[in-house]
Amino acid sequence: MAGQNCLITNEWICGEYVRTRGQELTDATLQHVGITLASVAIGLLVAFPLALLARRWRGVAGPVLGLTTILYTVPSLAMFSLLVPVFGLSVAVVVTGLVLYSLTILVRNILAGLASVPEEAREAARGMGYGPVRLLFGVELPLALPALMAGLRITTVSTVSLTTVGAIIGYGGLGNLIYEGMHSFFKAQVLTASALCVALAVLADLALLLVQRLLTPWARAGKRKKAAA
Amino acid sequence: MSVIANTWTWLTTGAHWSGADGVWHRLGEHLFLTVVCLAISCAIALPVAVLLGHVGKGGALAVNISNAGRAVPTFAVLVLLLLSPLGTHGSWPTIIALVLFAIPPLLTNAYVGMREVDRDVVEAARGMGMTGRQLIGRVELPLAFPLILTGVRTAAVQVVATTTLAALPGGGGLGRIITAGFRLTDTAQVVSGALLVAALALLVEGAFVAVERLLDPRRRRTRIADRKTGGRGPAAPAEAPAPVGSPA
Repeated sequence: MAGQNCLITNEWICGEYVRTRGQELTDATLQHVGITLASVAIGLLVAFPLALLARRWRGVAGPVLGLTTILYTVPSLAMFSLLVPVFGLSVAVVVTGLVLYSLTILVRNILAGLASVPEEAREAARGMGYGPVRLLFGVELPLALPALMAGLRITTVSTVSLTTVGAIIGYGGLGNLIYEGMHSFFKAQVLTASALCVALAVLADLALLLVQRLLTPWARAGKRKKAAA
Repeated sequence: MSVIANTWTWLTTGAHWSGADGVWHRLGEHLFLTVVCLAISCAIALPVAVLLGHVGKGGALAVNISNAGRAVPTFAVLVLLLLSPLGTHGSWPTIIALVLFAIPPLLTNAYVGMREVDRDVVEAARGMGMTGRQLIGRVELPLAFPLILTGVRTAAVQVVATTTLAALPGGGGLGRIITAGFRLTDTAQVVSGALLVAALALLVEGAFVAVERLLDPRRRRTRIADRKTGGRGPAAPAEAPAPVGSPA
């Protein structure tokens, strides 16, 4: 019976809430995960060519890094609001905003990763007859992976947390529940959604760490350098 | 295109700038919250970081806390504080949330700055008979200054951004113009508010960059040296403490 009461007395922790609103929580979590995945994936797709361009031409590097840094300064509420006239009230607003934020860290880290590839490795590959494309994907990218993954982890975690602000236009995943709970002073809903959000960020971070370990088996053999993320 | 025209009209209408919901009043609230919170968080974080950096212990903890903070949505913390007993105390939930979010970049940068001071220089100073206090004041602090200031800049921009979010749970600041615009389904007002907020954030960032250049001649010297050796300024390595904040 205590379970029933916590909804009425508006407790912070309420098992009954999780039981009765399971569907709502699942939907919000799925939306959250979907927005995060889409944003990070598109962010990577955009950041990679940008980083390559910036590496190829010094003249491009300054403006690209400068512009993405400026974008990073814009508060999220303003970013999403500025995109509303472009896309209307749609999920594209949130995804675009998050992609723009992700570029700063992704471009920087991809560049840093590529710069850290030893020149000897490149020379050796060239000597073996590697063309530029094979050199990039076969040698440089794998060696740049630790820095790239460090950036990806930072980006993913902050994207999970920023998605909540999308609630202002109704596409905030778990943020929607927080927003709703705020207006109705529904404590259990706010705390549950917030906790899920943090759990999601931590899980995503761990998953990426695992991916990195699987993708760089050679790193474990040598000194295990902890990537600061 | 009518959005642009409407936004221009909104921004140039004098009535939107005056009064309790006007731009000037909201800007005042925004700046007040920013300055108060930045002052409180500097007063808390900097002495701790400088001391930890001087002693050389506990830094890993500080950096880890800062990274963990990234996983917690600002918005969630604001709402949680608002619904807690603190919620009935005016802007205290906002202030506490802002301070919480400003401390990690301040702490990390100041600590890393103190630790990155050349150990040989520190040893030499100690050999000259400097006391711990003199060492901090005359050697470590001046050398760590650029990174400490970077931390303050990150924190300041973050506080400006977070103050915007305070509008969602009904706090003050420029964000209120945006949320009010959404409630009135007035796109021109939403866009105007967003432009004002973005401009303020960029201004604060720009002001700090200018202050950094003015106050720190060493930085300029290293930059010139960088150019001579062909070293590339940006593209910080992954383990550098550079972007510690996240947009709020």
